[in-house]
Amino acid sequence: MAEGAYLAARVDRVRRAGAHGVTLELDLRLAADPGQFVMVWLPRVDEKPFSLVDGDPVALTIVQVGPFTARLQGVRAGDTLFLRGPLGKGYSLAGERPLLVGGGSGVASLAFLARRLAEAGRPVTVAVGARTASDLLLVDRLAAAGARVLVSTDDGSAGERGLVTALAERLLAAGQHDYVYACGPAPMLGRVEELCRSWGVPGEVSREAYMRCGSGLCGSCDRGDGQLVCRDGPVFRIGL
Amino acid sequence: MDLSVELCGVPLRNPLVLAAGVLGTTAALMERVARAGAGAVTAKSCGLAPRQGHPNPTVVAYGGGLLNAIGLANPGAGAMVGILRDARSRCAPLGVPVIASVFGETAAAFGEVVRVLEAAEPDLYEVNISCPNVASEFGQPFAADPVQAAAATAAVRAATGRPVIVKLSANVSDIVAVARAVVDAGADAINAINTLGPGMVIDIRARAPVLANKVGGLSGPAIRPVAVRCVYELSRAVPVPIIGTGGVMSGEDMVEMIMAGATAVGVGSAFQYRGIDAAAAMNAELAAFMAEQGFHSLTEMRGLAHG
Repeated sequence: MAEGAYLAARVDRVRRAGAHGVTLELDLRLAADPGQFVMVWLPRVDEKPFSLVDGDPVALTIVQVGPFTARLQGVRAGDTLFLRGPLGKGYSLAGERPLLVGGGSGVASLAFLARRLAEAGRPVTVAVGARTASDLLLVDRLAAAGARVLVSTDDGSAGERGLVTALAERLLAAGQHDYVYACGPAPMLGRVEELCRSWGVPGEVSREAYMRCGSGLCGSCDRGDGQLVCRDGPVFRIGL
Repeated sequence: MDLSVELCGVPLRNPLVLAAGVLGTTAALMERVARAGAGAVTAKSCGLAPRQGHPNPTVVAYGGGLLNAIGLANPGAGAMVGILRDARSRCAPLGVPVIASVFGETAAAFGEVVRVLEAAEPDLYEVNISCPNVASEFGQPFAADPVQAAAATAAVRAATGRPVIVKLSANVSDIVAVARAVVDAGADAINAINTLGPGMVIDIRARAPVLANKVGGLSGPAIRPVAVRCVYELSRAVPVPIIGTGGVMSGEDMVEMIMAGATAVGVGSAFQYRGIDAAAAMNAELAAFMAEQGFHSLTEMRGLAHG
């Protein structure tokens, strides 16, 4: 198959993920790192990037945010998905006592990371945030990977009430973590970076950007610092 | 090794020019490519009004190269002024000129875009009359016809005193006739060639063209022999410098363009294949070839293939 051509993969299973999402499990095994992504193509519709929830076999969590994700929600077991990847640079597996911080659909890439870290024998703690209980994603998958999962919601409908960054701050203040991985909305990542700097704990964040080529050519995903989210990232080290 | 060249009176520390449409979307990226070793950088083509461009997929790799149809996505000339100003202030200290690339839906529009961009004082302009990916909206590219190509060039010429490069298409029966027309209309340099085609790649399992635009321009290794032939023909026919662009992947490919008659060499797809650091690597390969063959300057190599 020519480089860049699409992988055609059968959807084996569709599981609900919160009230507004699904996790698609595919008949496809990729040698991928946690934090890497794939471009999912719906022929004659569009193509968008999605973090790997797992690579072996491939799992993707789709939360409805627009017309494309609405179409993807309609995918059924037995359907064929077209994708290319794995793309980008993923998370390192640094840290003896890592803390993972996920907000909203950002939990997707952390599920893959949690599994790899747990397999490497590290004690994994994941702080998962969402607006309400019905927006929580992949908590079962994280727990099944062997992670300690702590939940916060904006309205207190599950776990503690408040922002996941407040939960993360308490965990860092307790001094039990030597490395942070975070994925979620930009304001959440900004707060996590502040926390890492103030506690002197190194870490990595996975960023989002509008992407076109996904391969470092078009420049669409530069967020202003000259770094390409598709190729230099999506995972970046936190500057301390 | 001295790799410096002069392009329309503008000194370049080396002949490697970042081609339009690749990584030229932000000032920070242009600075990064300059720091990575480029001799000049070209900003993303811009028109008067912002354009979203085509939906994805916009780029697909196939056996011999890349097929793209970004669709001239750009923030519009007004916003591009700020990007170009910022890019110039970052690149000037490195000795790297910034080339503003412009397109228009009419010949007059090319001139209007340049009048807006004058506020940014770009080092050179490149007139993009040859994008093959917007035919459904714009019709045939201006580069398809010597009269149209000259009209767009003349409109730009009337709008600026800065050096004007015109980027041509190889998808014409006589590229020399188009080049002569644009030089007569005031072009100071020629860039040959833009992406080839358009072409189409069909995913046979999806039973559909991959690109949302269905067709797109070919770049990468497959088109290099066409680009080299065009540069070879043009360098004999027109008395202006030529930027040889098309499928250049290595320093030795740069030598080939220069021996065909190019003064500078455009590089785009190579940054996808080899990463941004390819700029320095390609210049090192160029210098190594020159050392091996006993050349001391690019001038000594230019046009050697003509015998």
